This record gives sequence, structure tokens and C-alpha cells, in this order.
Amino acid sequence: MTMFGRVAFLVLRKDATIEIKSLEILSTTLFFALSCVLVFAFAFVKEGSIVADASAGILWIAIAFAGTLALGRTFERERYAETVRALLLAPAPRAAIYVGKLLGIVLLLISAEVMLVPLVALLFSASLFARPLLLAGLLVAGTVGFAAVGTLFAAMLVRSRTRDIMLPILLYPITVPVIIAGVRGTAALLSSPPDEAIAGMWIGLLLCFDVVFVTLALWTFEPLMTE
Amino acid sequence: MITRLCLVLFGALFSLLLSAGPALAQPPQQNEFVPINTLPPSDQLPSAPLLVAAYAFVWLATMFYLWTIWRRLGKVEAEIHALERRGGAGLHR
Amino acid sequence: MRRAFVPLLAIATAMFVYAPILIANAPYESTMGLVQKIFYFHVPSWFAMFTAVFVCGVESAIFLFRKKPSADRIAAAAGEVAVLFGLMGLVTGPLWGRKSWGVWWPWDARVTIALLVELTFVGYLLVRKFGGPGADKLAAAMAIFGMFNVPFLYVSVDIWRTIHPKTTVVPTLPGGMPGPFWFSVAAFLLLCGLLMTARAHLEHQRAALDALYLEEE
Repeated sequence: MTMFGRVAFLVLRKDATIEIKSLEILSTTLFFALSCVLVFAFAFVKEGSIVADASAGILWIAIAFAGTLALGRTFERERYAETVRALLLAPAPRAAIYVGKLLGIVLLLISAEVMLVPLVALLFSASLFARPLLLAGLLVAGTVGFAAVGTLFAAMLVRSRTRDIMLPILLYPITVPVIIAGVRGTAALLSSPPDEAIAGMWIGLLLCFDVVFVTLALWTFEPLMTE
Repeated sequence: MITRLCLVLFGALFSLLLSAGPALAQPPQQNEFVPINTLPPSDQLPSAPLLVAAYAFVWLATMFYLWTIWRRLGKVEAEIHALERRGGAGLHR
Repeated sequence: MRRAFVPLLAIATAMFVYAPILIANAPYESTMGLVQKIFYFHVPSWFAMFTAVFVCGVESAIFLFRKKPSADRIAAAAGEVAVLFGLMGLVTGPLWGRKSWGVWWPWDARVTIALLVELTFVGYLLVRKFGGPGADKLAAAMAIFGMFNVPFLYVSVDIWRTIHPKTTVVPTLPGGMPGPFWFSVAAFLLLCGLLMTARAHLEHQRAALDALYLEEE
């Protein structure tokens, strides 16, 4: 394995080990996502059933909000333990550290989604599993896009005083294309019969977004983390 | 490294265009928005106030912005002159 | 550039005074009538906004990678000017849309993502002002990401059928419309350049003031 891959894997393994021991971020993120879903459900329920397609929107909003929290918490952990400087001082390519962190966050969010999606399908009688592979593709591509931008900004904000409010301000405008694609794709899958062509098209757009923004993040991580 | 990244970026944009191609050829039918061709006569708004408001806004926004730049510049330059007077011989420009 | 500023400002003002005359003489559009004339200011303001966005993004990248402070100053200026022209577009658009579509805000793809680009650069200004130490680099990253989001705006309107006029409208303008339109575009781009120059001058003076304070210590 190349140096880059090894470093990324080590960073990922470190985060995963800490998380698996305590399950702190995963459980709190999941619970928060569930609360989001319930709050939105009360807003959109009409005569006992959910407004059509609202379940797609609710799912992705819950992912976005919970994802922002998870990003904040992950880097707060680094800041608290003062390991940020250690990471940056390590004789490793900075981009590898970014990739390791990104993979950690993606795995965290996908673990939360694995539990969230069946719950949403159950609560809103939404036929989310009609095309499970396409749904999985949407979720993975969307999560990677959201996490790519989020990891970069959260890492930059670690030493900022105003990080709590700045992260949403920075993150949401730039990742709303991901949310739009995710919601429209999921809504296409919820229609009967599920519209595979449209879902596939939105997955394609999400993949392009992922490639462009991961590349951008890799490119800018080095100068941004140098102080 | 940078060249590779640029190539990846270019490839992504190219694939974006390619994916848009088949989508353009067969536009998927999305029916959320249907063009409104004619408004019912009862809903006819007079156009002139809207047009005037639009142009007036552009003019006013431009002038307001120029005024804020002028005001801020005035404050900064006043401070610069004050500092230079205070510094006197010790400062060099 | 400094000496050319006042004459160019005079030219820009003259262009803006003359533009309504040209626009009034342009032919009426068949379905929308008088209110379509907002087009001659609406579309050029978006052109100017995207020019400013592009300048901001490129200068931010130069600042981030070459560490040139002048690039940061130009980026700051371009960011503010982008928000200004975006605001013009977002106000003239609904004024036109209320008449021709019946709704102030149609929530279609282009309009929504235009709002998002505007919000991105408002966020850019907020980060510059309130981000604390290191905010200039944070804002630079935001500008770069915002700039790369713009192509997705153009793709979205072609993939997603909406009531917004498609990107093919401008090249196929009928009759006497291209003249006033391109005149307005030139006027707006000139204004954009002048405003960026003026604002960058303010940043330059602020930097000079900071240097003077440092010398004093």
C-alpha cells in the first residue's frame, strides 16, 4: 500500500477504534436524526398520513442536520484532545489525513443512515426499498458529497472561535445541490412505478459533484491547514 | 499531483456534459412546473409599476453602494492622515 | 487605472442613462409585453454577478496558493460586488416573474440555485467579517467552492424542465432586441469593473492603515 493509502487507513482506523469503543457520536447523531424526522413529520402529516414525497425530503434534511452535528462533534473531539497539531506535524501527506477523516465521517453517516432509512420507511409507509440498489447509490453518493465539503470546512474551523455557527453557514449553501439531487432521486424512487431513469440521472449528477468537490478539497486542504 | 488533479477535474466536467447529453435527448417528464401561457384576465397586473420598480432598484442599489464605499474610504483616509500627522518625522511613506 | 476611473465612471453613467432609451425603442416581446423589458437589466446583472463570482474565486485561489495579499483584497472587493449584483438579479427577477408567471417565487432549479450562489457569497462576507483569525483563508476556500458550484446551475436548468427560460434564449433573440441587450451587458460589466476597482482601493487603503499602525508600534 502506498504511503498515502497507509496514512489514510491509519487515520480512519484511529477514528473508528475510538468511535466503536464509545459509540458516542453514532448514537447521539442517530437520536438527533430521529428527533428531526419526528418534528418534520408533525409538520407534514395530514389526516393521518404523510404528504406525498415529503418522506424523501424529511430523510435528507435529517441526514443533513445530523451530518453537520456529527462533523462538529468529530472535530471537537480532536480539538479537545489537542490532537490536531499532532496530526498536522506528522510526516504524512496532508491530503491523506483529509481522506482518512473523510472516510471516517462517511462510514459514520452511512451507519446512521442504515438505521434511519428503515425507520423512515416504516413511519411513513414509504416504499423506499422498491429499488434498494438505486437507493443505496443515492445515499452513498450524496453522503460522500456532503462529507467531502463538510470535512474540509469542519477541519478549517477547528481553531476558530465561531465554529458552531460558521459550519452551517459555510456548509449548507454549497451542499444544497447534493440535497436537491438526493431528494429528487429518492422521490423518483418513491413514485409508483419507481422512476429508475430519473434516479439514475440524479446519481450521475451526485457522482460528478463528488469527484469535483473531493478533488477541490484535496487541492485546497494543504494551504488551508497551514497557518 | 496538480496535473493529475486537474485531469480528474476535467474528466468529471466532461462526464457531467456527457450525462447531460442523453438527458437532453430524452428530457424526462417532470410535471411539477407547467408553463403559464396566459393569465386569466382577472389576474392582470399593471406592468409599468413593476418595470419602474425594477429599474429604480438597480439605480438606487448602485448609488447606495458607491456611497458606502465613499463613506468608508473617507473614514480610513481620515485615520491615515491623523496617524501621519501624529507620527511626523518618525514615519516614512 | 486610477486616472481612468473618473472618465470611465462618467461613461458608465452615460450608458445607464442612454440604456432606457434604447430599451424603450426595442420591440415588444409577443407574450409578455411591457414587463419583459426588465430582461434588459435582469440578465446583464446576472452576467455581472457571475463575472464578479469568477474574479472572486480565481483571486481566492491565487491568495490561497501564492499567498499574495493583493489577491485577497481583490477577492474581498469582488465578493461584495457579486452580492450587490446578485441582489439586483434577485429583486428584478421576481418583479418580472410576478407579472408573467403569476408567482413571486417559483421554486424552480435555476432560481433556487441562483439564490444559493448569492447565499454562498453572503456567507463569504459573513466569514470575512466574523470568522476570527484565519478568516481570510476560510473565506477564500468558500469562494473557490462557490465558484465551482456555478456550472451545476447551468446543468440543472437543462436537465430539469422548468418554467424558467432556457439558456438558448440569448443567442436566439429576435429583431431589434440584441442591440439594447448587449449594450446593457456592456454597461453592467463596465459598472462591475468600476465598483470592484473602487472597493479594492478601499481594501488597499485599509491595508496601508494597518501597516502604519504596525510601524507606529
